[in-house]
Amino acid sequence: MRRTRLASFGGWLVTLPLTLLGLLLVTFLIGRVMPIDPVIAIVGDQASADVYERVRLELGLDRPLYEQFFRYCTAILSGNFGRSVMTSRPVLEDITRFFPATLELATIATILGVAAGIPAGVLAAVRQGGKIDQAIRFLTLIGHSVPVFVLGLVGLLVFYAKLHLVPGPGRINVAFDDIVTPVTGMLLIDSAMQGEWEVFRDAVGHILLPAGVLAYFSLAYIARMTRAFMLEQLRQEYITTARVKGMSEARVVWRHAFGNITVPLITVIALSYAGLLEGSVLTETIFSWPGLGQYLTVSLLNADMNAVLGATLVVGAVYLGLNLACDLIYRVVDPRTR
Amino acid sequence: MIRRRTFASSLLAAPAIWPLRDALAQTPRDTLVMAAQLDDIISLDPHESFEFKGNETTTNIYEKLLTTHNTAPDKIVGELAESWEVSSDSLTHTFRLKTGRKFASGNPITAKDAEYSLRRAVTLNKTPAFILTQFGLNAQNATQMIRATDERTVVITIGEPISPSFFHYCLSANVGAIVDSKIVEANKQGDDWGNGWLKTHSAGSGPYTLRAWRASETVTLEANPHYPGKVQNRRVVTRHVAEPASQLLLLQRGDVDIARNLGPDQLKSLASDSAYKVQRSRKAAVIYMCMNQRHPELAKPKVREALKFAIDYDAIQRNIVSTTYDVHQAFLPLGFLGAIDDKPFRFDPARAKALLAEAGLPNGFTVTLDYSHIQPWADIAQAIQATFAQVGVKLTLQPGEQRQVITRMRARQHEMLMLYWSPDYMDPHSNTEAFVSNPDNSDNARAKTLAWRNSWSVPELNAKVAAAVRERDAEKRAEMYIELQREHQRSSPFMILLQAIEVAAMRASVSGLDIGPINDRIYYRETTKT
Repeated sequence: MRRTRLASFGGWLVTLPLTLLGLLLVTFLIGRVMPIDPVIAIVGDQASADVYERVRLELGLDRPLYEQFFRYCTAILSGNFGRSVMTSRPVLEDITRFFPATLELATIATILGVAAGIPAGVLAAVRQGGKIDQAIRFLTLIGHSVPVFVLGLVGLLVFYAKLHLVPGPGRINVAFDDIVTPVTGMLLIDSAMQGEWEVFRDAVGHILLPAGVLAYFSLAYIARMTRAFMLEQLRQEYITTARVKGMSEARVVWRHAFGNITVPLITVIALSYAGLLEGSVLTETIFSWPGLGQYLTVSLLNADMNAVLGATLVVGAVYLGLNLACDLIYRVVDPRTR
Repeated sequence: MIRRRTFASSLLAAPAIWPLRDALAQTPRDTLVMAAQLDDIISLDPHESFEFKGNETTTNIYEKLLTTHNTAPDKIVGELAESWEVSSDSLTHTFRLKTGRKFASGNPITAKDAEYSLRRAVTLNKTPAFILTQFGLNAQNATQMIRATDERTVVITIGEPISPSFFHYCLSANVGAIVDSKIVEANKQGDDWGNGWLKTHSAGSGPYTLRAWRASETVTLEANPHYPGKVQNRRVVTRHVAEPASQLLLLQRGDVDIARNLGPDQLKSLASDSAYKVQRSRKAAVIYMCMNQRHPELAKPKVREALKFAIDYDAIQRNIVSTTYDVHQAFLPLGFLGAIDDKPFRFDPARAKALLAEAGLPNGFTVTLDYSHIQPWADIAQAIQATFAQVGVKLTLQPGEQRQVITRMRARQHEMLMLYWSPDYMDPHSNTEAFVSNPDNSDNARAKTLAWRNSWSVPELNAKVAAAVRERDAEKRAEMYIELQREHQRSSPFMILLQAIEVAAMRASVSGLDIGPINDRIYYRETTKT
């Protein structure tokens, strides 16, 4: 037993860097075949020939591709991700600023999505065919099929412009800018740690609507999957047996049926969380949320390859990390894997 | 029952959002808040910045020796210079600085700072440096050509006898900004002239200092206590809001005072509301279409003329960009020295067909059009496709990301292409050079002007461009540009379609935002809200 666990850990140690390297290589090559001249992206369209040439040399674009890639990888190993053209700052610094914004948003959205999606899915399965089931299926269908930017704009129009319930786009009111010193980069945590409760309240207000929109989106997915998993379990004979034995309905549903769907459900939640952590470009654009999705998209459109590669690496690491976390959680919740 | 309990708790959570709405219904009294698209800024070093928003920001932070006022954009006035004179051979320019002026740091502004700044711009040789280096200044000769002769006098010698007004307009561009040499030197790393530091900090003497720039988030400016004029707002905060619909909502809720990027749809919804006003200012930028002369059909003069009559200029302006562009058909935008308002072309399918027949193409031909995939280009391209079809020309649309379109054009791989052009400085030479001049049409030419990118080179016109830029007499100079534009309209492979209008929507109580024809001329300091 111990040997297999060790082996699987060792396997991780090998596959992790290989996966990341592959990811980098593919992104790097895509960046080089993209029909955008990265020098133009830096110096602009009207620069003189010698400026153009100098920047081309500075970027190392005169070297062969493999050498460019090798240089990039060696630099990364020493912690140097290069400088972003768009922001004039080191990519690492940018990521530590943009990623926490996304992390905060995605985490809250996922918590809300799970908290509402799982009960809704279970309820729908238990009341299959009933009015509640139909209502939940209808709502989740909308959440799944209406584009997120439509939800976002309508949400802003209703809750911000008309009802005045929440503040508008942005992470925080400009009046509170620069009050909290960034530690984790997540405004909610930083402001709470520093006892800036007014800032905290403002940040909560700002995150509610975008997180709500994303939560609705992930809720729809989680609820539908939960319902499908539950229906499958509730049809099984062991459920009938449990009922015949006279167990309470709550125990049958939650302990027996639900207990058996936790493993696939964790995968579903992790995938949805990872999807949100990539950064949702449209939501971030509409809500002026300075997150990783926006950063990655803008960088890509400007052929800002250092930034693109850095951000891709983060996204890749997030997927691998969540994968690893899932594996660990399976071992805790599923006795068969122990 | 657990089910009920979950339901109840989720209901309980709902009213919790109630008290979380914004405590502030309005922007702070002494702070001007704008919503704009800021993601083009890549540096706030005035000797490096060359993007729209970057230039707009730095022009509020730094001063130049010379400038122009938006009320009379064709008249050069002193900003840090009190007086200036030009030697009779047009080569030596002597500037006397104003007395008693200070930088935001409190350091006095001396001729040494002017010398340092202009040498720095030339030696760093970043994107906008060509505005100065085209006068024969470069890293090697900067120390001889740019000299402070005493505390208040700086003398600049240029390499060629060029029209003094041309040189003065160029000095009034952002790249001519005077920086606080003591502060910049204290922050230099190696031989970077403080460039790494100045990208995200400021050391100027303009009405504002840079408090913070957070890329794709905010730019915050703070009033400079040493600025001699009145600065109405203690702080100016520009928030990056990419989505125009979001900008409109922020304006309507009072979370911003000014929205800078509203489209025609959003402007329409504000038009009838007296709580808001819309400020329109003519901008020195044009949308143009060009025809690569390497394409055998497009190289025929009759075809070029025919296609100029196959576009419905008025309908495009009226239906697609009624609030944000005007029809304009000459390469110099209105407001520039020598600009003309002639509109020789209108949609005339019969004439276009006849011209095509004369060119031996009675059944038309097929050609591609590259353009930026965003609005308004996408709609304009479709409108042109429709009118071209009426004269038998099949236009294949090739939308792309803007930088991709530019890359294609620079490689001369396009057939037809539509893009936006904005001049680099206020002098007519900027556009004239781009749209007309092409002295070396070979593939490795140093100057990749728009004319070069379309393989269009006419020796007599090149000579006329060179002559106009040397002309000392402003009136004669204007005449030369008028003639060049008429010839360009007649024979060039360019159709100029529209001139941009900068639109700023604001609350009715806001006034005094000073928007000029180029981004180096947008000033915040007199903007008030009552």
